[in-house]
Amino acid sequence: MIHSLFLINHTGDIFLEKHWKSVISRSVCDYFFEAKEKAGDPENVPPVLQTPHHYLITIYRGKLFLLSVIQTEVPPLFVIEFLHRVADTFQDYFGECSEGVIKDNVVTVYELLEEMLDNGFPLATESNVLKEMIKPPNILRSVVNTLTGSSNVGDTLPTGQLSNIPWRRAGVKYTNNEAYFDVIEEIDAILDKSGTTVFAEIQGVIEACVRLTGMPDLTLSFMNPRLLDDVSFHPCVRFKRWEAERVLSFIPPDGNFTLMTYHVSSQNLVAIPVYVKQSISFFESGSCGRLDITLGPKQTMGKMVEGLTVTIHMPKTVLSANLTATQGNYTYDLATKVLVWDIGKLNPQKLPNLKGSLSVQAGAPKPEENPSLNIGLKIQQLAISGLKVSRLDMYGEKYKPFKGVKYVTKAGKFQVRT
Amino acid sequence: MSASSAFNDEKGGSSSVAEPEYGHDPASGGIFSSDYKRHDDLKEMLDSNKDSLKLEAMKRIVAMIARGKNASDLFPAVVKNVACKNIEVKKLVYVYLVRYAEEQQDLALLSISTFQRGLKDPNQLIRASALRVLSSIRVTIIVPIMMLAIKEAASDMSPYVRKTAAHAIPKLYSLDPEQKDQLIEVIEKLLADKTTLVAGSVVMAFEEVCPERIDLIHKNYRKLCNLLIDVEEWGQVVIINMLTRYARTQFLNPNMNESLLEEGNSGEKTFYGSDEDEDEDEEEKEKKAEAAAMAKRKPYVMDPDHRLLLRNTKPLLQSRNAAVVMAVAQLYFHLAPKAEVGVIAKALVRLLRSHSEVQYVVLQNVATMTIKRRGMFEPYLKSFYIRSTDPTQIKILKLEVLTNLANETNISTILREFQTYIKSMDKDFVAATIQAIGRCATNIGEVRDTCLNGLVQLLSNRDELVVAESVVVIKKLLQMQPEKHSDIIKHMAKLTDNIQVPMARASILWLIGEYCEHVPKIAPDVLRKMAKSFTNEEDIVKLQIINLAAKLYLTNSKQTKLLTQYVLNLAKYDQNYDIRDRARFIRQLIVPTEKSGALSKYAKKLFLALKPAPVLESPFKDRDHFQLGSLSHLLNAKAGGYQELPDWPEAAPDPSVRNVEVPEWTKCSSREKRKEKKVEKPFYSDSEGESGPTESADSESDSASGSESGSGSEESGSGSESEESEEGSESEEEEEDEEEKDKKKKKKELKKPVQETESEQSSEEEERKHERKHERKAKPRKSDSESESEEEEEDSESESSQSESEESESETEIKKKKKAAESKPPSKPDKKENKKEKTEMSLLDLDDFEPAPSPQVTPVNTFLSNSLVTDLEGLSLSDTVLSPATISPSSALKNYELLHRITGEGLSVEYCFSRQPFSPDANMVAVQMHFTNNATSDTKNLHMEDVKLQSGMRVKEFPEIELLPAGETTTAVMGIDFCDSTQAANFQLCTHTRKFFVSIQPPVGELMRPFFMTENEFRKEQGQLMGMNEITEKLTLDAKCRNEHAIVQRVTTAANLSRVPCGSDKECRFAGRTVTSSSLVLVTVATKEEGAAQLTVNCEKMVIGTMLVKDILLALTQ
Repeated sequence: MIHSLFLINHTGDIFLEKHWKSVISRSVCDYFFEAKEKAGDPENVPPVLQTPHHYLITIYRGKLFLLSVIQTEVPPLFVIEFLHRVADTFQDYFGECSEGVIKDNVVTVYELLEEMLDNGFPLATESNVLKEMIKPPNILRSVVNTLTGSSNVGDTLPTGQLSNIPWRRAGVKYTNNEAYFDVIEEIDAILDKSGTTVFAEIQGVIEACVRLTGMPDLTLSFMNPRLLDDVSFHPCVRFKRWEAERVLSFIPPDGNFTLMTYHVSSQNLVAIPVYVKQSISFFESGSCGRLDITLGPKQTMGKMVEGLTVTIHMPKTVLSANLTATQGNYTYDLATKVLVWDIGKLNPQKLPNLKGSLSVQAGAPKPEENPSLNIGLKIQQLAISGLKVSRLDMYGEKYKPFKGVKYVTKAGKFQVRT
Repeated sequence: MSASSAFNDEKGGSSSVAEPEYGHDPASGGIFSSDYKRHDDLKEMLDSNKDSLKLEAMKRIVAMIARGKNASDLFPAVVKNVACKNIEVKKLVYVYLVRYAEEQQDLALLSISTFQRGLKDPNQLIRASALRVLSSIRVTIIVPIMMLAIKEAASDMSPYVRKTAAHAIPKLYSLDPEQKDQLIEVIEKLLADKTTLVAGSVVMAFEEVCPERIDLIHKNYRKLCNLLIDVEEWGQVVIINMLTRYARTQFLNPNMNESLLEEGNSGEKTFYGSDEDEDEDEEEKEKKAEAAAMAKRKPYVMDPDHRLLLRNTKPLLQSRNAAVVMAVAQLYFHLAPKAEVGVIAKALVRLLRSHSEVQYVVLQNVATMTIKRRGMFEPYLKSFYIRSTDPTQIKILKLEVLTNLANETNISTILREFQTYIKSMDKDFVAATIQAIGRCATNIGEVRDTCLNGLVQLLSNRDELVVAESVVVIKKLLQMQPEKHSDIIKHMAKLTDNIQVPMARASILWLIGEYCEHVPKIAPDVLRKMAKSFTNEEDIVKLQIINLAAKLYLTNSKQTKLLTQYVLNLAKYDQNYDIRDRARFIRQLIVPTEKSGALSKYAKKLFLALKPAPVLESPFKDRDHFQLGSLSHLLNAKAGGYQELPDWPEAAPDPSVRNVEVPEWTKCSSREKRKEKKVEKPFYSDSEGESGPTESADSESDSASGSESGSGSEESGSGSESEESEEGSESEEEEEDEEEKDKKKKKKELKKPVQETESEQSSEEEERKHERKHERKAKPRKSDSESESEEEEEDSESESSQSESEESESETEIKKKKKAAESKPPSKPDKKENKKEKTEMSLLDLDDFEPAPSPQVTPVNTFLSNSLVTDLEGLSLSDTVLSPATISPSSALKNYELLHRITGEGLSVEYCFSRQPFSPDANMVAVQMHFTNNATSDTKNLHMEDVKLQSGMRVKEFPEIELLPAGETTTAVMGIDFCDSTQAANFQLCTHTRKFFVSIQPPVGELMRPFFMTENEFRKEQGQLMGMNEITEKLTLDAKCRNEHAIVQRVTTAANLSRVPCGSDKECRFAGRTVTSSSLVLVTVATKEEGAAQLTVNCEKMVIGTMLVKDILLALTQ
């Protein structure tokens, strides 16, 4: 399966390597660098490359490439999913997955990689099990460690690996028992020039933060579970109960985890919270163009729209933008040609507007396409699909936990074509 | 591993390569010079006594390894610390060792003894880690040691160690492929393992070492299917992929009849030609040949094992792991009947929200699927719409899918989408879009003209790439109906002045040449221009210029003769030999000379023959001969170690190979039995239909069967065995009901003399029973799975019915006693006891257990509960004498003394735990008391008083015994709720004259009641009761109790448990629930050679567990 792993930063330095079988020279990465050169944009590097003796499967996360070397047939998704799991674990341990942080914690990273794969086959990928074996770094512990010479490798043996519920470690104890659930919904939509919806759907995810003592058995039920079109679950959820009763019954992992993701399809009409009036035009003669964008509330369910942003990838020939915004401020990055207008809260009385002129490279032909707008927004305390959690019950433990559910709606891939 | 040799070469070079690479890393450049010094102080630190210094040194060394620097010279210093006490140091030393052992083989051997010691450690995790490191050290000398260690670990008690053993197998195999045969033996052994922990790893080993030994899977196939949902996600992927291959060799093509039907429609379908490829036509022809044979064949019936696989994998489509979803999707694509494949579409579309790498892989697979099964993804068309922010490679793949999905109904929306795509800034994407439009135009005749017009408009686009691509596509489209489009050709001829892209120029020239008759005026002019620029053109264009010249010469030699000569002369001296060659060839062919052969006569025919229109087809066509989801499929080339997906067999191989030997567990037998029943009682057929083996996937009834099976699989997500047992018990219950009626009739006959009050009581009982039933149903289901709770319900029902019968029986007993106490033949109870023993042993064939109809005994429950046996007994023996012994369960009950006759002044009381549910209160343990009056005088008003109990405990007193004449005995039943503790219940036993302080203390084994489970449920529950809740003891069995029967006997005597069926004869499993809190109690006795055994008790209540272990231990060792 996975033979070796190389971590490469976006400038092309290999800053960490790990081999699970014999050592493979890092020169194998040259094939990757070649492909990267050819693709230009790191997003466009093919995830799977074939070299004379090996196959390279790469993911791009947080400006890092995780490059794995494969020798024989293996489902590519298997490797990709695993690499993402590695990156998730780094994020979980160190707060972010970046070159600096990995270099700072190189020994922990190495220990983690050692435990996650055995001979190239995934061994322990559950964060609860890993944390039992290798404690995540924190300031207090590192101070204590340096003073006492103790280590951050747990001296308890990872019993979690032995159990049938590997996602939960044994003997969890909290003084405050709490279970919080965030229902986060993202609207994916494509609107065309006239503002009509070409395509819209809702992608939801329930993130949980559960800190409960012992082995609680939770049941989460919804007011309107039929709304959910397609679901995927954390392995802890009992699928049969879902099939039969449409409730989520599970013994939760300890700490933060994604309980489920769901999908509300476009069949149910998806409410679009804002409308956009825009005109971007470039003149045939005289190297300039005009831009005028206004946003307004559409179907906000009476809630405040916050964190409103508009991002526009301008054509390469646009040199600069001279605009005025009635609300918020805008930046135009000359290198990437990205115009970002950060609006903030949407005030229905006074609609935000961005207006002004664009200067285009002299002599260059008029840009062919008008750039599309990507909208970002956030609505607190609302799940736009109307999904509601009705109750959370706990069995198996005697105490009363604190419970809470929070709803947030965000814009996912929300695009307005011009 | 064939590649390993190539790979060693590389490694040999690695150390030398490593050095110049220091330069790569600017930070390390400075340190490099002082490397040697640093190593000295590292050595010093490693040699010191302080763990903290060692740790610091090891951390630095590991950091060096991580950065790819050479730290091999520290090997001797590091390896010394392999036995270090500090865990982190030890772990880091392991990391180092595994990395460098291969280079320093001799020194590495120093560490081996440490690991060998570790292999013997009592702690399973240490054993496992020792094996893991030992097997990771790639030193050939230790192969025999590794082999030995793996073999030993494969039969380790701990599933975790066995899992590690499975992981070690491929390591050893890659080190020394000659060990293959021995390793296969180990794999075979581990494949039989029943724990979910091992399953994934061993299948992985199987795939690496011996994927061709498909025969090893037969016996484990059903088990793997049933375990699948509980295996960890990575294991699931491997198992599913392997099972796909397995199923392709063992089952029949579920779509074979459908493809026959399709032939009728194929006439229509060829319209959108590119989808139905030629190969398929051939296939169809073949099938036609087969058709006659097939028609004679009986309709296709899906193998139940095939269905099992499909059903058990379906829930995994909801996995969060994209690899699992993909694995299930490919399994359905390759194995499922056409009507059922659709379910995977939704899940795959969901994956499109994931990381772009996942999208990339999924889209590739979707593209392949859409060619074969377009309908599946049509409802999700909009999910493939492209956003300007998608990476180019994703855009192009989505475009591919959209093109594959296009048909008459949706083409207008798709074309509108394409329209917006053409304006994109991403030029590669635009080019791909134009090609896609071309493909849509060829596939769907209605829109051909629209597309062509659109493309022609693009010819005036400012971007050259767009124009060039359009030209190429237009050329292909025009070839289909050139005569209508001469003005387009003219338009394109004009473009030659501007377009520089060689492919486009070549295309235009070819078009003009091909259709020079449509543009007679322009064509020679174009040739003139081209002749001018000939020397500066690309090769591909030059060839087309020659081509054009030749064609013009043949059609219009007057105008172009000289030009052609000129071009041919230029070509004659071209640098490229292809061009020179072509020129020479054409000159000979077209220019008439005296030597020219017969061919030149046909030159016109040769050059201006009607050419077939090109078929624009997807690059994903035919990719599906690779297993979807595989690396080979993605690359469209066979990757090393790829296992071909075999074709369906013509005739199904013997399905009985998958039968597992343990008879009561094979589904066939149970099915047969149920079938028999079905004949008798047609009203079972409902439940039968779901898992019925005769599910027909025949084309006509297909949709129906699909939906039906769908619902079936929904119900039984986690395995058919449980379902079956459910069904089994259902039928059991029903039959029981019937029997109950029978029983009642019989009882009524018996009951005639019974007083009214009693019958009242019983009717009350019945009411209560009903109430309880309703309560149960109303209660929210807390239990794990539906089936369980259902079973519980059943239990309670059957319990109450039993208790009822018990009640009446005990009533009759008392009455009988009065009649027959003196005349009772002493041998009777013994005989009965024997009989019971016998029934226990041969539970399966109850035929000799006449005369009661005995359909209760489904093969699923190997071991009937005691109460059931008594029920039966009550039935069959009801017309013979009823004695107290009837009540007692099969295994002899132990009597305890409550009151000795001396202290009791003649009254002696004994009690036993009757193991019957205490009907007035299910939470109470029934205690049966035997009162004997040895005194000379009668005892009157025997009753209880002054009950002293621990908090929570309750007692239901026995009804007062008004008179116990001298020399007589009587019995009474009382109930005590012990609250799952072994605290004694103290009370006073009063007669009309005296009071005696007595106490009843239950052995822990009596605090539970039997609970039926299937093997699967048992394992599942056991898995949830690990850690603190599990107690394991090793023991040596008593010499008399070495066989299974004796063990079962002793355990069930010690504790009121029911046996759980188990596939292995080395293990006996028992299950029960504590009476009060209904906590599960699971007991496993695993036997080994020479009387060694291991006892495992899993119980939520640790105290109960510990005490139970002691009791059972005692029972088994004495």
